[in-house]
Amino acid sequence: MTLTLTLRETPAAPIDAEVLCPDRVAGLSRAEIERLELWHGNRRTALGELFAVSGAGAQDVRVEGDLARVARLGAGMTGGRLALAGGAGPHAGAGMGDGELIVEGDAGDWTGADMRGGRLVVRGSVGRMVGGAYVGARAGMRGGEILVHGDAGDEAGAGLRRGLIAVAGRVGQAAGLRALAGTIVALGSLGAHPGAGMRRASIVAMTSATPLPTYARACTYRPPFLRLCLRRLRALGLPVTDEQIEGRYIRWSGDGLELGRAEILILERPQ
Amino acid sequence: MRLHSAEVVDTFAEAFTMWGARIVVTAETPGWAAHAARSLTGFATSVIGCKCEAGIERELDPGETPDGRPGVSALLFAPDSEGLGKRLVERVGQTVLTCPTTACFNGLAAHDEVDVGGQLRFFGDGWQASKVLAGRRYWRIPVMEGEFLVEERFGIVKGVGGGNLIILAADAAAALRAAEAAAGAMRAVEGAILPFPGGIARSGSKVGSRYQALIASTNHVLCPTLRAQTDDSEVPDGVGSVLEIVIDGLAPDPVREAMRLGLEAAARSGALRITAGNYGGSLGKHHFHLRELVS
Repeated sequence: MTLTLTLRETPAAPIDAEVLCPDRVAGLSRAEIERLELWHGNRRTALGELFAVSGAGAQDVRVEGDLARVARLGAGMTGGRLALAGGAGPHAGAGMGDGELIVEGDAGDWTGADMRGGRLVVRGSVGRMVGGAYVGARAGMRGGEILVHGDAGDEAGAGLRRGLIAVAGRVGQAAGLRALAGTIVALGSLGAHPGAGMRRASIVAMTSATPLPTYARACTYRPPFLRLCLRRLRALGLPVTDEQIEGRYIRWSGDGLELGRAEILILERPQ
Repeated sequence: MRLHSAEVVDTFAEAFTMWGARIVVTAETPGWAAHAARSLTGFATSVIGCKCEAGIERELDPGETPDGRPGVSALLFAPDSEGLGKRLVERVGQTVLTCPTTACFNGLAAHDEVDVGGQLRFFGDGWQASKVLAGRRYWRIPVMEGEFLVEERFGIVKGVGGGNLIILAADAAAALRAAEAAAGAMRAVEGAILPFPGGIARSGSKVGSRYQALIASTNHVLCPTLRAQTDDSEVPDGVGSVLEIVIDGLAPDPVREAMRLGLEAAARSGALRITAGNYGGSLGKHHFHLRELVS
């Protein structure tokens, strides 16, 4: 059974919908769910005033409507499955620890920021700082997988500490900014200044990219780990080609201004 | 009991609990995967002298391996979990890590695990890096050829070591023919391996020796050349050679199934008598009665 929440109308003010995740509605009756309070602008509002509730169950929750102004959907969720039919506002899945969050449209800035585990899938594009670190925090995403079928904005994976971010489309500037570890895979183009300040993380680029001068070219090889990683991404539905799985990658090591143990792997193109 | 042209002795194989692991080795070509797997499972015929027992389970198609390359799965057994962990680290480190183009993965989902890649990573001398994918950690160890990838933790289970069949035939050629047929049939069983060369042992042993330093010695009661010299010979008239097949498995069922197939194949291929080794039933937890395998 699926519990369905349908946004009654596009909100005049942003909604903070952190309560809308499977583990927060588990065990609640429909009336109790409707009485849950969330922030609508600067007012506490009963969920039932903003969303029509239908169906039942807690492990599979679906939210419908234009959700672009609904923030923190699935934030902190620790299990179950949450599907967002109408995209998502900022901070979707932020800090989530487990479970699966599916955004069927676009998602806003800070999607999956500070994420700890689970899987976050965005069928459309995401804004800035996907999987990023909040201001003042050294580390951002610490585990799990973020799969973006569209594009990603600037500073994707900023402060990334562990986990995997894969983007089918274009990735904006400064991907992996100050990332500590983890992996960012850009199946489309990769913006300027990738890996600035990166310590141990990996960025994988399938198109030509220009590493910063603080990166040094090491060699061209077939990284064994990448085969595993790309095969998994393909199994999860991202458009990974045989050429990318079988291909040779130019390894750039850096950032020389930091620990220097990070890498940017760029798919070698036939001459 | 008779099975085809062979007499099957109404006895049982007595086997022991051993801890087992499945190792998946992949490489650029089937040939290099086989090189690594043969080396990995080499000198691992008996815990008596090798500290572990190991064998190749089967070849793997690219579609069956974690990285989509050709591979081989091997099983390795040791008397206890701690020993199994040590043997895995030693053997993967010396034979798979060193072999060109290989990677090494856990092939067993189990509650109990031992740290393998997490120990081998130190070969990277600080340059190693780890990646976590789908909840499993992998270590990337830089090597002169490129990079060695090894999974951190390997699942281990309580399995069975020492299932066996003893094949008696008219002469050495006939015994070998029957044993080869049996070993060939037994290799089809997933979850079981035959740790001796070609799956066959010619030197079955008994516990103890007249020499105090030895814990095992030749099983003189089944040596045809001693038939006229010993009072307790179990070699019947007309038998000129005896061979043994030892089976280790991840569970009792694969061992039982391998013994059943081996019994059938040997009986069809010239064995005069087929029996099994035991210690009276008081030592090993697992008893595989030949009567149950024939019926």
